[in-house]
Amino acid sequence: MIKKGKAWKFGDDISTDHIAPGRLFHLRTNLPELAKHVLEDADPEFAVKMSVGDFVVGGNNFGLGSSREHAPQVIKIAGVNAVLAKSFARIFFRNAINIGLLAVTCDTDRINQGDDLELELSEGIIKNKTQGTEIEMAPLPDVMIKILNDGGLAKHVEKYGDFQLV
Amino acid sequence: MGKTIAEKIISEHSGKNVKAGDFVVANVDVAAVQDGTGPLTIQEIQKIGLEKCANPERTILFIDHAAPSPRKELSNAHKILREFSKKTGAILSEVGEGVCHQRLVEDYVNPGEILVGADSHTCMSGALGAFATGMGSTDVGIAIALGKTWLKVPETYKIEVTGEFHEGVYAKDLILHLIGLIGADGATYKALEFTGETIKKMPMADRFTLSNMAVEAGAKVGLIASDEITKEYLISRGRGDQFKVVDSDPDAVYERVIEIDVTRLEPTVSCPHTVDNTKLVAQLGSIKVDQVFIGSCTNGRIEDLRIAADILNNKKVHPDVRLLVIPASRDIFLQATREGLIEIFVKAGASIMTPGCGPCVGVHAGILGDDEVCLATQNRNFQGRMGNTKGNIYLSSPATAASSALTGYITDPRRILCSAVEQRTYPFEKYI
Repeated sequence: MIKKGKAWKFGDDISTDHIAPGRLFHLRTNLPELAKHVLEDADPEFAVKMSVGDFVVGGNNFGLGSSREHAPQVIKIAGVNAVLAKSFARIFFRNAINIGLLAVTCDTDRINQGDDLELELSEGIIKNKTQGTEIEMAPLPDVMIKILNDGGLAKHVEKYGDFQLV
Repeated sequence: MGKTIAEKIISEHSGKNVKAGDFVVANVDVAAVQDGTGPLTIQEIQKIGLEKCANPERTILFIDHAAPSPRKELSNAHKILREFSKKTGAILSEVGEGVCHQRLVEDYVNPGEILVGADSHTCMSGALGAFATGMGSTDVGIAIALGKTWLKVPETYKIEVTGEFHEGVYAKDLILHLIGLIGADGATYKALEFTGETIKKMPMADRFTLSNMAVEAGAKVGLIASDEITKEYLISRGRGDQFKVVDSDPDAVYERVIEIDVTRLEPTVSCPHTVDNTKLVAQLGSIKVDQVFIGSCTNGRIEDLRIAADILNNKKVHPDVRLLVIPASRDIFLQATREGLIEIFVKAGASIMTPGCGPCVGVHAGILGDDEVCLATQNRNFQGRMGNTKGNIYLSSPATAASSALTGYITDPRRILCSAVEQRTYPFEKYI
């Protein structure tokens, strides 16, 4: 399935505090409400201005910090197609795949704010339609592809009653 | 070929002879959540009909991040944890018992075990020689229900530490220095193994500080081999029978070796807004502080409070500074009371708060005003961390924090701790 949308560029070291800050801790049991504040502390207007299907594009070490799964959850609930970054913090990356949010490692220096992107997971390529370029995606480990294909970790375990990963 | 600590523990828990890079499903000994992540954990396993505990006596639900609750939404979130505990037999750690990571090392985690916790600083238990790692709510939920998790076996960075700390320089300065050296993503996905003559002599309190902050370099775990010091600690907590030696093989394969001579270290701080933005206190110039926080899972132990109390004894906090002191657990609070430390803090003008995370997460208690500066002994200084994106957070050792609470500026603790002769060797005239 091809995913199409616009790029929203963020810098390096976007933390889980930027994505889902502690001051909104009380909204963690109300994820649709928390999602209205997604990435608010990095760009206060992002949640209002983005469209469903857009891409969040980060730099190095995207999602560093807390283990809060609410961070990828609110990005997904807001309707973001995928998060692209030069590198991800470990827990955010694992959480994103676990909840079925595509997190793609690639050279995001080749993407500018507002660029039209097309992502085809099976081809491993992101097409930058604005710049007429193609960007290669770093492959995911097989374990994570299985989790994504099953719709996330909870659905995987629901399907098999156990881990069927390795 | 020899094995690292990570490879050994994961081999034992997966029934396979693993090496770095392998993917396995491994048994989990201890699973933990806190009030920020636990409600989602429970909701996720409820959704798939798996609301159960494989090992209830080793599943712990901590109420520490918003404790006591500052608002009804969080009180209701706490109820979800209490109800799950009643239903499944999982252990509940209530308001006032302390920060999850401190409670885990005090009473729950043993050498050679696997702990998964829905909190990034779960890596602190690595100081006991346990494979302890932070994960998200769903991962830990599945671990609670099934008693296992999937893991990639990490490659290991060996952190070889030698030399003697000078007075006024501590394990916190060492870990801040290391993170500054390799960067906030310098060890992403890797295991850190702290070793060397300095670590072998280091008390558990300081080892916990090191392992706690492994995640601030991106690491999955921060491991330290268990030894006689570990054994003494476990005996002091009534768990001497759980001791076992966990160490890497002499011919273990490390991806990288980093050597640090602590004799060369000086008091260090992380400046806003990333932990790897480190500077020597002596190079800072005059940075006025509005709030000082001594506590957290990183530096809220009795040893930390003793250092701070020595500096604050019979002195007053600067009138422009609010000093918040939070013992990391109820046992530490009690011990500090017995030793007279709490009286020293109160007389100095500090506010003593309920054992828990306090201002570190920005939920309640100690939220910064616009453009205010906080010097904290916690582990993280991200923008907005203390509840206000316009606040500025610096991180330091308890000695630097206590010294700064007295002067009103970020202050080199050697200025207060060291003798006049020694002081002349440091460039103190630069500030104040």
